[in-house]
Amino acid sequence: MSKKHHHPHDAHAAITHDEKPGFYEILEISIRELLVEKGLLGPAEIREQIEVLDSRSPALGSMLVARAWLDPAFKQRLLDNGVAAAKEMGIDMYDDTDFSVVENTETVHHVIVCTLCSCYPRPVLGLPPDWYKSKEYRSRTVKEPRAVLEEFGTIIPAHVDIVVKDSTANLRYMVLPLRPAGTENYTESQLAALVTRDAMIGVKVLRA
Amino acid sequence: MQQVVSHNPAKYSVGDAVKVSERFPIGHYRVPMYMRGKLVTITKILGRYVNPEEEGFGKNAGNKLWCYLVSIPQDALWPSYTGKKNDRLEIEVFEPWLENIKTL
Repeated sequence: MSKKHHHPHDAHAAITHDEKPGFYEILEISIRELLVEKGLLGPAEIREQIEVLDSRSPALGSMLVARAWLDPAFKQRLLDNGVAAAKEMGIDMYDDTDFSVVENTETVHHVIVCTLCSCYPRPVLGLPPDWYKSKEYRSRTVKEPRAVLEEFGTIIPAHVDIVVKDSTANLRYMVLPLRPAGTENYTESQLAALVTRDAMIGVKVLRA
Repeated sequence: MQQVVSHNPAKYSVGDAVKVSERFPIGHYRVPMYMRGKLVTITKILGRYVNPEEEGFGKNAGNKLWCYLVSIPQDALWPSYTGKKNDRLEIEVFEPWLENIKTL
């Protein structure tokens, strides 16, 4: 490589796989190859599932939130049965998890964490951010949620209760954030554009 | 979502005060260490789900167990908690990990 063009953060650099794979990488490859060899799963199915994973993003969650803000009946259905309400909007839970939406109000603020691993409503929000999977976020959010939220720039007033939702088994939570003041005349798509991933995890509150 | 199984009703009801078991078996468990031995209140009966402790070892489509949403005040969970009085934590716990404190 010529010194002149070398840059450690070259966005155009080829991704190479010349490092030795780790234990879990070898385990994953072995299981995947065994499944394919035994005919239990085809390479096309694996590729298609990756495509499904990649097709999900926080835009889907934002769409649910905006609809819930505008349509009280939909909001009630979303809070009562997240799986069915998401399906109404064309979003299927491809992983058979239960989708539970929790509503932030003037007096209650929810924040989502998974201390054991990285449970996250992937069908609705896509892949979780790296910090969500970090040991720091996972261990500190259950113990000092207000301090963690402050580090995200989110000060929750003393009169608002914090509810930490530790997702450990079958439920995948999404926060229905408070609709910001000053958005009374917004259209559904304008509202959806306001809603961020972090607000749906509960580490931010929204402003118009 | 909640199935009705007349021969196998949920053992606990919403509002019951129960204790999370203080056990430390080796295996795949969904009860974080910080919850073990804690007194909690049943907030919601979530329904019956495949037991992850069996599923984690390949016994797929195994037993379904009742799973509950339970709640605990943050200051009961962490004696040194410096947040606010009504802050709380909610978490899912499978029935075999809950104990009736009335019979203790």
